[in-house]
Amino acid sequence: MTEPRPDPVPPPGAVRTAAPLFAVDGVEVRFGGLVALDDVSLAVAPGSVHGVIGPNGAGKTTLFNVCCGFVRPDAGTLSWHGEPVRDLRPHKLAGTGIARTLQGVGLFRGLTVTENVMIGADRHRRAGFGSALLALRRSDRDERALRDRALAALDELGAAHYADRLPGSLPYPVQKRVALARALVAEPEMLLLDEPASGLGEDEMAELGALIRTLTARMAVVLVEHHMDLVMSVCDRITVLDFGKVVADGPPDEVRDDPAVVDAYLGEEAVQ
Amino acid sequence: MQQFVNTTLTGIGQGAIYAAFALALVLIWRSTRVVNFAQGAMAMFTTYLALAVIERGAPYWVALLVALAGGLVLGAGVERLVVRRVAGNEMAAVIVTLGLFVAFQAVASILFGATFKSFPAPVGLQGFTIGSTTVAFTPFTVFILVSVGVVLAGLVALFRFTNVGLRMRATAFSPEVSRLLGVPVGRMLTLGWALAALVGSLAGLLIAGGSLVYPAYMDTVIVYGFVAAVLGGLDSPGGAVVGGLAIGLGLSYVTGYLGSELVPLAALAALVAVLLVRPQGLFARAAARRV
Repeated sequence: MTEPRPDPVPPPGAVRTAAPLFAVDGVEVRFGGLVALDDVSLAVAPGSVHGVIGPNGAGKTTLFNVCCGFVRPDAGTLSWHGEPVRDLRPHKLAGTGIARTLQGVGLFRGLTVTENVMIGADRHRRAGFGSALLALRRSDRDERALRDRALAALDELGAAHYADRLPGSLPYPVQKRVALARALVAEPEMLLLDEPASGLGEDEMAELGALIRTLTARMAVVLVEHHMDLVMSVCDRITVLDFGKVVADGPPDEVRDDPAVVDAYLGEEAVQ
Repeated sequence: MQQFVNTTLTGIGQGAIYAAFALALVLIWRSTRVVNFAQGAMAMFTTYLALAVIERGAPYWVALLVALAGGLVLGAGVERLVVRRVAGNEMAAVIVTLGLFVAFQAVASILFGATFKSFPAPVGLQGFTIGSTTVAFTPFTVFILVSVGVVLAGLVALFRFTNVGLRMRATAFSPEVSRLLGVPVGRMLTLGWALAALVGSLAGLLIAGGSLVYPAYMDTVIVYGFVAAVLGGLDSPGGAVVGGLAIGLGLSYVTGYLGSELVPLAALAALVAVLLVRPQGLFARAAARRV
């Protein structure tokens, strides 16, 4: 079942010609003797949804970890706004303008929903370390601004009435929405979504798809996902990995019929 | 009856100090998963600093501030310069704190001498008189309760109501995720150690007040502080406070009714009992977190 695309499909080539916001070029990652990624390239256009798919073990997660600095490639380059990024580290990610969600939810269990999201908004904190420690007036204002920002993000995702709850007491789909709010509140230019639909039902997945499309007005989205319906319906462009190599790259309609993709997924749900 | 009241009052005063010390251990355990065996030695060191200031004629309050500030700097320095170098290897970090424990005592012996010195109290040590009887509740006990209370309230306010506190809590729950969200995790850990050492310094000063200091005077307090922290659950600051008060009261009753020579044995018995019956402590939410 392929959902109708909420937005018109951009004309073929339109995304390709736009200067990429983020690009991975010729990346290679080896774990011991195992080649996890081999000459992998991908270019994320501003305001687009870029899917990364592939069978289990194809290297999707490794590629994602390269994109957020968890794994440093043995060869190849990353670039952001056309500038090479030499030293991408997890702690620099938020400041750069990249947010990611984690597989599962990765929420802080002992912090309330609002507090969780406030941590995500940390990038917008203005008061310095010292004044914040001394709880000066400015820091106090700052903290209220962060709280408002967090509540607005929760409201946008329909989770505002869970604001004071602990994540552990909420149903899994709600936790996923909170995790998404925590990523969105940073107002990133690029959002990395790691299996956002896992554990969601049909309706929730449709909602998620619609939400991802609305995000393109504000940011680019990179999506690693197993659910083909979702990927095919929301992505502008899809990169298909198999055994650490890119076997196809293009708009969903092209990729869907690509023999290499069908081959990679033989016996899996993608063959429709 | 009078003895019961007196042992209870003594226990509450001692318990408040153990609570502060246990809290220092818990703060470090929560943020860096290191049991800081050097906590007592660090507190001993800052107490000697305070004594040096007092011996130069400064008032007690100045010495108190020097000790607390010294604790902040010492805690931050130990985290930055030593503990961070072995980050990721918890066993190595624990062994390093044991090494620091020995090193601080050795340095204190060299700098301040290994002899007993008396340490002043800021207020009287004479028990209040109610009617015709004198109870074991002194102005210094009031000072202990007030100072520990102020520090506790300050920490609660910091963790609950400020942004830095929020980020410190997030770091304690998951440093990896915090880092990903842009929290300066390293600075939060340094601050955590600094605050813990400040609380530890206060405990050291309060133990020393109106008593004798020597390089090993905190050693027994370390043990009681550990028992209190384990009793409350190493993860729970509130538990550390309750555990500290419970240990203070319990040991005071042992002293009052059974004999002071049994106190270390009673502490050991309490420790073993907690570890056997409820290893996660009385207040830890460890079971819920394990999910």
